[in-house]
Parts: sequence; C-alpha cells; structure tokens
Amino acid sequence: MAQALQIVVCAGIVPDPLQTLEPVSGPNGPGLKNEMVLPAVLDPWAACALYEAAQLVAKNPGSKLWLVSLGPKAKLQQVMMTVGQKAAFELVPVDGPIGGFPDAHSTAAALAEAIAALPGLDRERLLLFGGWESATRGAGVTLQLVGERLGIADQFQGVDQITLRDDGSFEVLERVEGGKHQVSVCAGTPAVLGWATGNLSEPRNNPQTGMANMRGIMPALQKAKHVELAANGLRYVSVNLPKQQRETRIEKNMTADEIARELVEWIGAE
Amino acid sequence: METILVLTHVDETSSALTKASLEAVTAGVELARQLSATLTIGILGSASVEAANSAAGAVAATGARLLAVSGGAFAQPRYATDTAGGEALARAAQASIVLAPGSSRFVRVSAGVAHRLGGFIDTHITALSSNDSVDATRWFYRQRVEAAISREARPWFLLLDAGTHAPFAGEPAAAQVEAVTVTLPPVRTTVEGLRSPMRDAQTIRPDAKLLFVAGAGWTKKQPDGQIHVAVAGELILSFLRLSGASLGSSKSLADQKAEGEESVLPFLSHMNQIGQTGSTPRHAKGLSTCCHGEEPHVVGWRFVGERRAISLDPNCGWTRGKADVVYVADAFQVMAKVNALLRARSS
Repeated sequence: MAQALQIVVCAGIVPDPLQTLEPVSGPNGPGLKNEMVLPAVLDPWAACALYEAAQLVAKNPGSKLWLVSLGPKAKLQQVMMTVGQKAAFELVPVDGPIGGFPDAHSTAAALAEAIAALPGLDRERLLLFGGWESATRGAGVTLQLVGERLGIADQFQGVDQITLRDDGSFEVLERVEGGKHQVSVCAGTPAVLGWATGNLSEPRNNPQTGMANMRGIMPALQKAKHVELAANGLRYVSVNLPKQQRETRIEKNMTADEIARELVEWIGAE
Repeated sequence: METILVLTHVDETSSALTKASLEAVTAGVELARQLSATLTIGILGSASVEAANSAAGAVAATGARLLAVSGGAFAQPRYATDTAGGEALARAAQASIVLAPGSSRFVRVSAGVAHRLGGFIDTHITALSSNDSVDATRWFYRQRVEAAISREARPWFLLLDAGTHAPFAGEPAAAQVEAVTVTLPPVRTTVEGLRSPMRDAQTIRPDAKLLFVAGAGWTKKQPDGQIHVAVAGELILSFLRLSGASLGSSKSLADQKAEGEESVLPFLSHMNQIGQTGSTPRHAKGLSTCCHGEEPHVVGWRFVGERRAISLDPNCGWTRGKADVVYVADAFQVMAKVNALLRARSS
C-alpha cells in the first residue's frame, strides 16, 4: 500500500573528485585554492540518498521531496543545473560557505533551522535523508546532529536499503563491520537515514524534469537566506597535502610466469 | 585538568571488548599520561561486566575508573538505546575529552551523545598529540588533505579510526566495575540481526594482510575479442580463497549490472567498493588489477602499506607515484599463474 511520504534530503556540494586540490589559508581559516572556480558536483553519498528518495516518492503518490543544500548560491545554481535533471524536488538553498573546513555543528544548526521552517512539513512523517559522510569534511556527524536538533530518536547510518511496509513501519539495512548489514525494523517515521551507496544507478538526465525543477530552483536561490557558520572553537593547527610520493618500478618486460613468482613471494613475505 | 573517558563496547560474544575498543583504550592511556589526566573507561553492552575484565590491565596501569551500562537493551546496536547509554556514561565520568572507536556502533550515535551533552565531535582521528593543547589529526576531502585540529570547547568527542593504535594488551583480571543506571527512552526500532549480502563467499576481510582490488578491466573485451566475465570471477574467487585476501572493487566495476540488476560478478557488491564512495581500508599490502582511475589508487589506497598493480597501460598516471611496482601485463594470465603457484604451495 502506498504511503504519502515527506522526505528531506540534505546534500552538500563538493569539488569534482578528479580535480587537484591544494589547501590555502584565508582570513576565515583554511580553504582550497581557487575553490569557487573548481567544478563542483553534488556530494556523491548524498546523491545516492537523493536518488533513493526520488524513487520512493515516485512509488508513493502524494509524497514530497525537498533537497536542502548549503553552499554559495552561485555554486548551488551551477550544480543544480545538472542535478535538477535527475530527480524532481523542491530546492531549499541555504547561502553559506563552501568546503569541508567549516564546523559540522554550525552546519547542522543551519540545516536544522531551514528544515524546521519548511512550510507544509509534517515532522511526524519526516524521513530525513543524506549521505552517511560527505566527500569534503567526511565526518559523518552532520546528519545525526540535524536529527538531534529536530528531536528524531531513530537514526540509521550506512544505509543501503529501506523497505516500506503496509503498517507504516520500515526495514533498514545498515552497513556494519565485515561486509555485513544490520537489519532493523523501525515502527515508523520520523527517522534519519544516512545513506551509503544504496542500490540504484545514477538516473539519466531528463530535460523535462530539469525544466520543471528550474522553475522552482531559480526563485528559491534568489530568496536563499545567508548564514555565517561559527567556528565553535575549532582551530586548524595545520592543513597540508600528503607529501608521500612513491618511486614506482614499472616492469614492462617480465613474463607472466616471472610476475606470478614475484607476486607469490611478495604476498607470502612478512 | 582534563578528564578522559574512553567509550568502548563489547563484541558479538558480549564477553570481551572489540579490538577497536581496545585500540581506543591504548589511545586513552597514552593521552592520559601525556596530560596527567584522569582516565575513565566506559563500557556499553549486554554483559559488559564480564567484558570489563579485558580492560582491567588499563585500570591497573593507570588507576582508571571503570564504568558500565549493561542490560538487554544494549545487546544490539540501536540509536535510541546506545545514545542514552553513551550519554549516561559520559555524564557519570564528567568527561572533558571522550575517545571512542570509529566502529559502526559508535559512528551511529556519538554525534548525538555529544550534542546532548552540549559538546562537540570530530571523527576519523588518526593521531593524537598534546603540547599546549590536544591536537587531533584527520583527513579531509576523502584522504586528499591532512589537517591537525584542536578545540577549546568541552566536552570534546574524538572518534578514532581503526588500526591507528595498537590494541591494549594488559593481562585480563577481575575488575571493579561501577554500574551506571540508564533511563531508557521509548524504543521504536527492533534489531533483527545481521545479513551478509555475499551469496558465494564472504569477500570482505578487514583483518586480511592483503587487499586485492579488481577494476572494470576484468569485464572488458580480451585479446580474442570476447568478454570472459565467468573466467574473471573464477580467477578472483580462487585467488581470494588461496591467499586469504580481502576484495576491493573500483566504483566502475561495482556499478556494472547484468540483467536482473545483479552485479556482473555476483559475489561483488557496493560494499566491496573502495575510493570516493567506498571505503579506505587499512591493509599491509594491496594488489590492484585491471584498475585505471584515481579513486582506487589515491583514496582507496591511502592507508595501504605496500602497493603493487597489474595493468596493461604502462602510462597509467594513477599508478605512477602511488604504487611501488606496476607490472605491465595481462591480469588474466598473471592471476591464473599466481593461483597455480599458490595451489601448489598449499598442497
């Protein structure tokens, strides 16, 4: 039986993973060199959460999907041109700093405030989605902190699957150690789900979805509230690129037998 | 003066602390010595009084307090109950610094506990040091940028990455445990157990010395113009059986689906994936095969000690400077011979 869901996905924007990153010091703390001009994408784990949410909404008529994203308006607009073609959602932009160095607690406070103010949101029916970590800070705490601020006491992290049941309960598979899933059944909403990869492929771009989304995205970006993120006493002692560069031996002329013998010896060596 | 709480939890037997918990105990003992701080060890688990004996060595060495929350509600990891248990332990310890292992159990709840205590949390800590302040080292941007951070605000929760400290190895002994009472919230989530997604074999082995990384090249056309996925699967599984290695995968391989929405290599899932949206495991050695890309070689390999690669591309920029040795060869041929040698050796 279909249920009308209310899903909020929290998703940040991150530099395209193939970009070269160089940390620099600025007046507000560390950042990345040319950060505002680096091509950006939706955070990969959060993107998985968005696609899972979009599929749930599509399967459950009457459902609604919000995408809450904190970042500079200009970068959000650039990323949403692409993301908006992959899933139908209502964008809730929060204009704020980019990158992984701002404090997660401040980020969570800004996101929670934006979610609490969503018109028409029934918090008792809320499924709060996001990535279990970001590709910037990678702390894996922001979503939990948002959930705590919204008073949600059922939280799941490293989620790969949610299965809704007719009685409003749902089964969740969470990644745990050793390549296994913990299976839990939650009595119902509200709940927080921090997604790992899930099981869906990235949806293809759909220009019609993109056109429909953009009608809401542009006005939302224009009205986006600006936030400053407090450091909360977080101090960066040093920020560096790892210096390790290996001297790679490239073997072009060894036979398969020779390579195999060398590998077996290497594998067995202590 | 700082008061350090090491938050630990029991393993699946409920009679011992997890290895990651014992690593956190080591970190706590070291930091307490550096800061001349008071040390408390808190244990979460259904039969944690028994498990406390494995931490007794730390108690004897440092004079630490030992606190435990125990009971059926803590038999299985669950946000509502574990958050309440962690909060009770931290309040009882009056901790200014809380160290905990970055296990799935504590990753789920520690941010919530920190928030309830009005504290702050940082995770994936790989090193701790103290001079004038406590500094914690962690990575940003998926292991591309390394930073040392510090906070003045307390309580400060620090989740430690597994493998960054040696497990505490004191002699087990009878320990004096202070039981901490927890007021449990309403429980709406039932934990039904564990499920392994691997149908043919358990291929993820965190304690293996070797990480074997399979790339999408295994599913590409071979010199005869054909695709040999079944042969690739057999070669990989045989190698894992013979070597005891753990299997990692590139995203491009994990993403490939055959008809019926199943991975082309049926023993492979996204849980094997390393890199940007996968794990960054710690193994002594890593062997990548048929991989061409930044993610396995940079992000996925960051904490792998010795690294070798088999690739047909002698100019693969991702392996140069990242691997110790690159064999320019056909992985199908090489791995068949490796398996034959390992088979002969084992027999």
